[in-house]
Amino acid sequence: MDRRNFLKTAGVLTGSVVVTPGIYGKLFARSSRYINENFDLVAIKGGEPDIMFDEAIKQLGGMKTFVKKNQKVVIKPNIGWDVIPELGANTNPKLVSRVIQHCFNAGAKEVYVFDHTCDDWRRCYTNSGIEKAVKEAKGTMVPGNSESYYQEVTIKNGKKLTKDKVHELILSSDVFINMPVLKHHSSTRMTINMKNLMGIVWDRGYWHRNNLHQCIADFATYERKPHLNIVDAYNVMMKNGPRGVSKADVVVMKSQILSTDMVAADSAAAKMFGAEPETVPYIKYANEMGVGKMDLNSLQIKRIIL
Amino acid sequence: MNTSLLRKIRIVLSILFIIPTTFVLVDFTRILPESTINWIIYFQFVPSLIKSITLFSLITTGFILVLILTSLFGRVYCSTICPLGFFQDMINFISGKIKKKKRRFIFKKEQKILRWTLFAIPVIIFLFGSSFGISLLEPYSIYGRIAGNFFRPVLIGGNNLVSSILESYKIYWAFPYEIHAFNPVPFAITALFFGLVFYLSFTKGRLFCNTVCPVGTFLGFISKYSFYKIRIEKDDCLNCGICAKDCKANCINSDEMSVDMSRCVGCFNCVQSCPTEGIKYQFALPFKKESNPVFDESKRNFLVATGIYLASFSTIIGQVKKKIVAKKESTIPIFRQNAISPPGSTSIKRFNSRCTACHLCVSACPTQVLQPSFLEYGFLGMLQPRLDNYAGFCNFECKICSDVCPTGAILPLKLEEKKLVQLGKAKFVKENCIVETEKTDCGACSEHCPTKAVHMIPFEGKLLIPEVREEYCIGCGACEFACPTKPYKSIYIEGNVIHQAAKLNLENAGPQKQVDYKEEFPF
Repeated sequence: MDRRNFLKTAGVLTGSVVVTPGIYGKLFARSSRYINENFDLVAIKGGEPDIMFDEAIKQLGGMKTFVKKNQKVVIKPNIGWDVIPELGANTNPKLVSRVIQHCFNAGAKEVYVFDHTCDDWRRCYTNSGIEKAVKEAKGTMVPGNSESYYQEVTIKNGKKLTKDKVHELILSSDVFINMPVLKHHSSTRMTINMKNLMGIVWDRGYWHRNNLHQCIADFATYERKPHLNIVDAYNVMMKNGPRGVSKADVVVMKSQILSTDMVAADSAAAKMFGAEPETVPYIKYANEMGVGKMDLNSLQIKRIIL
Repeated sequence: MNTSLLRKIRIVLSILFIIPTTFVLVDFTRILPESTINWIIYFQFVPSLIKSITLFSLITTGFILVLILTSLFGRVYCSTICPLGFFQDMINFISGKIKKKKRRFIFKKEQKILRWTLFAIPVIIFLFGSSFGISLLEPYSIYGRIAGNFFRPVLIGGNNLVSSILESYKIYWAFPYEIHAFNPVPFAITALFFGLVFYLSFTKGRLFCNTVCPVGTFLGFISKYSFYKIRIEKDDCLNCGICAKDCKANCINSDEMSVDMSRCVGCFNCVQSCPTEGIKYQFALPFKKESNPVFDESKRNFLVATGIYLASFSTIIGQVKKKIVAKKESTIPIFRQNAISPPGSTSIKRFNSRCTACHLCVSACPTQVLQPSFLEYGFLGMLQPRLDNYAGFCNFECKICSDVCPTGAILPLKLEEKKLVQLGKAKFVKENCIVETEKTDCGACSEHCPTKAVHMIPFEGKLLIPEVREEYCIGCGACEFACPTKPYKSIYIEGNVIHQAAKLNLENAGPQKQVDYKEEFPF
């Protein structure tokens, strides 16, 4: 091929891409935005959980940024309590279902969902509405309440927590998505991303006995970190957490935070909750241990109000 | 009626009864709704009779039908509806196969004194206010415990094997089921009865039913006057004795050509075995040539004395307080003064007087908090379930035990009522608490508390420590279960002897708030 022909062909191809507002054009636009802006955190509010996620994930280049073809994905929402979705004690089922759809659209082979619940797990899975949501989205609901699923790992940089048992799917899946609900917590002040990881380990009692805040920060240093954190702040329980007593505990915030940095997402969520991140000991500790960034001013943040 | 048909009908009916009955007693998947479970247990004589005492409704009328059935057809209950009866028939069947001998029974005399003694003891103890004797001897409850302690673990073991194999292929539709507690003494007692029933049925047919079982004795008494009876036709009988050798109830006296209907369990084996139709199941007028069983005074005195003797045990052993066991670290031992009885039992005393320890609720309880007791309720409450907060805690949104209880020991409750029934009160032991001893945050108790009766208050600067507001506490035991301190818990439930009403926490009432989400982000 001579130079003239090459240029001609290249010109035609480029032109067609520019002119045709088709699928390729969108793909180019999206990836270029991802490269150009490279957000550390996306905060969005004012919409339904699924719609907000559609918008927010776009800012990070779509689910394709995280999930590649034929990969196995494990999603860890908060399904800790046997209560109805409106109480905000568990992650919003609509959001869970939409995230699974995005994973499959990105080519995921399998999407697993589980939690090591506090109340009886079968009642939690059913009454949180999450089991139904997962089934509708063709994901797989996996039990988390048997020690046989948990495998021992070492936490090299842990100060108090140096080993623990972690659910096998966290270890064997290609992609790990952390999906907590933002809510009040009676002893850790609030529960967000790092606290949500207490649901992927077996022995929580050890954490409680051995400086809870330090253990939460320690486990956040563990090498198997979430690839993406999605904080559901749609119905936010402002008091009586983590279980909640009534709807009066809940404030409808219609918000969501996405980040690959657990500490950053926790800090932003804490601010939305009305607390300074450094007043939550585990966020402070994790920041000091270099898990992520607590200082939101140093981050590239995309803010969207629908 | 075609004679061999009777036996076939009996076998088919017994299978139709045993399968669902066993299923509900071993099921750990909780697949059946509670109302279905009620109907499956509907015909069980003693549970339905006891439930009727406190709560007479359509669902408790099973015992009346059994009485009618028995007065018409004799003790057919014992060969069709009674699960322990079927269980013994199975053992007996196996025994016959092993011994390779079909006709191996002989007529035996009725053990009248033993029989009526074993009938009177549980009844008297029951009148004294404890269902202890009934729970030990009543066949449905014995079978319930055998199923729960022996069949259920085997089933769970099989399930766990299957689920672990599937798990290695990343298939998760089956899940392992973990047993949270093992109660050695209740298990040993059950094993003892299992052994007794097994031995008696393996070697002697239905001897258990005809000497030990109080239901058998009672229905046998009615059976004597039933409309349909097994009768030997003197004209057709060859006096060959085959029927007697085929009678697992040992109740056919072929020499005297008589059948003791009080012991006949209505299996119809004899009818089928007779070479000449000399033994028949047919209509006969009740009260014909029959005599009443004689109660003599000395027997009665003996029974009363035995009852009082056993009852006195409870007061002595009731003093033994349950020490909460553990492994290391915390320093103040915890002693529970009173056990915690299930929601709907209204008081420990009432519960102890109604529960026959069939352990249906133990199998049905999703959190495994219900566990058979040893001496927690005292001697006479042995085997009856109590809340064991080491094994689990009472789920706030659940009332399955009150829905399934066949004897009304646990009365049905509406969920909203149950959420305010106070089974006991949480007691905080500050000296054991992590926040006090380690000076770090914990709060596992408050996390789990569904009413926030246990809430966190500021402590020594930035820490938070639990505080119990007893009036809001329902005694569910979630705090005790979640408390991580060892060996002694830092928070535990002291059982209420009589259940009380918890106060509704009104600080949680109020409208749901919204924020203006057009406002800028706070970062």
